[in-house]
Amino acid sequence: MRKWCFLLATLPLLFSLVACSGQSGQTTSTGGTSTGQQGKSRFDIIKSRGKLMCGVSGELPGFSFLGKDGKYSGLDVDVCRAIAAALFDNPDAVEYRKLNAKERFTALQTGEVDVLSRNTSWTMSRDTSVGMEFAPVVFYDGQGIMVRQNSGIKSLSDLKDKAICTQTGTTNEQNLTDQMRQRNITYKPVVFEDINAAYATYTQGRCQAITSDRSQLLSRRSNLPQPNDHIILNDVLSKEPLAPAVAAGDSKWLNVVKWSVYALINAEDLGITRQKFAELANSNNPEIKRFLGTEGNLGQGIGLSNDFAARIIKHVGNYGEIYDRNLGSNTPLNLPRAKNNLWTKGGLLYSPPFR
Amino acid sequence: MAPLWRERRFWRIASQVLAVCIVVIVVMVLWGNLNRNLLTLGIKLGFDFLGSQASFDIGETSIQYKASDPYSRALLVGLVNSLQIVVAGLILTTIVGISAGVARLSDNWLVRHLALIYVETFRNTPLLLQLFFWYFVIFIARQEQEVTKLFGAIYLTNRGAIFPWFKVTSATSVWLVFITAGAIAVVLLWRWRPGHRVLVAISTGIAMVLFLWLVTKRGPFALDVPKVFNHSQIKGGILLSPEFSALLMGLTFYTGAFIAEIVRGGIQSVPKGQWEAAKSLGLKPGLMLRLVIFPQALRVIIPPLTSQYLNLAKNSSLAIAIGYPDFYFVASTTFNQTGRAVEVMLLIMLTYLTVSLAISLVMNLLNRTVQLK
Repeated sequence: MRKWCFLLATLPLLFSLVACSGQSGQTTSTGGTSTGQQGKSRFDIIKSRGKLMCGVSGELPGFSFLGKDGKYSGLDVDVCRAIAAALFDNPDAVEYRKLNAKERFTALQTGEVDVLSRNTSWTMSRDTSVGMEFAPVVFYDGQGIMVRQNSGIKSLSDLKDKAICTQTGTTNEQNLTDQMRQRNITYKPVVFEDINAAYATYTQGRCQAITSDRSQLLSRRSNLPQPNDHIILNDVLSKEPLAPAVAAGDSKWLNVVKWSVYALINAEDLGITRQKFAELANSNNPEIKRFLGTEGNLGQGIGLSNDFAARIIKHVGNYGEIYDRNLGSNTPLNLPRAKNNLWTKGGLLYSPPFR
Repeated sequence: MAPLWRERRFWRIASQVLAVCIVVIVVMVLWGNLNRNLLTLGIKLGFDFLGSQASFDIGETSIQYKASDPYSRALLVGLVNSLQIVVAGLILTTIVGISAGVARLSDNWLVRHLALIYVETFRNTPLLLQLFFWYFVIFIARQEQEVTKLFGAIYLTNRGAIFPWFKVTSATSVWLVFITAGAIAVVLLWRWRPGHRVLVAISTGIAMVLFLWLVTKRGPFALDVPKVFNHSQIKGGILLSPEFSALLMGLTFYTGAFIAEIVRGGIQSVPKGQWEAAKSLGLKPGLMLRLVIFPQALRVIIPPLTSQYLNLAKNSSLAIAIGYPDFYFVASTTFNQTGRAVEVMLLIMLTYLTVSLAISLVMNLLNRTVQLK
């Protein structure tokens, strides 16, 4: 009898606690989802923060690489700088986050970075079910295979029963599987989480081949002890359109990224370079005037100042300049423009009109 | 009657109720938070994805697997790979650990100090670093066409180490049936017949082997010795990949260093009087250790040993760093391709929990048999 008394006495305690838990649950709901999900665009968050958080690889010379001077450089990095220039008129208002292939999507979804400019292939599933949205392609790439020159491997079929190194969390892993399955070639995949471990293993000779995007292979090859001992096979395994990405469901912020990239391409199309920028500012061409914001108010449409494109060109240059600076003939990579040329020059780069 | 708050029984029950409440609330808050966040991200929980096609290859498969199999199959392959490492690792690390632990107490200065150096270096450097060391410096640091021959039958290449291995013959099944039956018979005889048990067991065994040999005219297994042809191609034997070997060695020697200390502590915990008593009985050092000291030391050794075994099982998930496709590796690829973070993490947690609990269970049973009753 007394035992029940005790239990009854403890009941109010329990109720008060449960009531309390309901409250605490509500408070965490506001606390836990503060990453731009309450109708507030990421754009506003970045504006008030005063700098852009940009996710890069940091391991790829020519795309994003931490130089000896402690600064990031490369094509992907310049895209970040262009966005920062459009936002703040200051290309250095960027904080870089080094992300590996596996971390990158989570970092974007959770709002750790505002934009992912990290040689990421635009695929349907990533666009639709991973919760991200892609800006225009900044580099058209394809998957390739690198082998040692003296290995006698000439094509995919020579890779039978060979070990092939690759990195986990990439489209490369799946493309390789598809291609080999289709050709009925057996091989041994040796897959690493860390890109450096993958290349180290290839260099040590554990793998007879390594597969990745061709640009990445070229870029990493320039860092190998004897770059000329390695060749990249002619087979192209896949389409790899590399594009910056933002979190899904935020069209205001996507527009800023999207049109910053288009501004780079359009500037090259219009022949506006960093040098010629000053003289062209007074041009009579209405197209150039609109683009540079001396006429019309295109910039306001995406929440920026009208001269956002002018800021980009002033600080970073147009797409062609960025390409030459990071990947062109004066760099160790020496990549021909090929598909990454303007549509007027046989490439695939095409910007919708700034109108 | 004393007031309620002065009653000890009230506080006893109240504190338990409070503890349960706190647990329930924490779980509720976490679960609610998860659901809300997933809702805002527009993600639904579910394990349907396990049935869809994995479409990635796995480097080492002990069971049949192809890229068109579902994710569940890929995960199973990973689990089998994990278990292989864990089982082989547990056996080897026990041997290494006990040897090093005993060596630490050796009267021989050199042996004692070598064991000391081993324990202190392996115990005091990070496991990940050791794995890289084994992988890059020991196992893949050889030229592509280079083949090293060890003891006449073991080959080292940059594809891995090749050992002679057993091959199943037509008589294997017969042998297995008879050996199992024989083992049961031996156990029964052991219980039932006092007296010359050892003699009976051994003679029965010999008689049975002779009988089987006569009937089947071959051994239970044929030895599959690897052979070189075309300079660098090797046929036969079992191939242990560099990834597997490096992980196995890394886990074995890292955990072994800890086990060595546990064994040393266990042996030293046996009172000096026991040593003296054993000595006064005229036992040789080996016998002394085996009959008197070790059975007593085991009581102290087994509980911390269990923790080390569990550590080994969990540390095996570092395989991903050196490209061995264990469970964690396959699961994280699955997570990456499907974007199912919550479900995959749950699966990983459940799997490691199950493996760890199984090890605990076995070790607790073992512990019970050595404890004083």
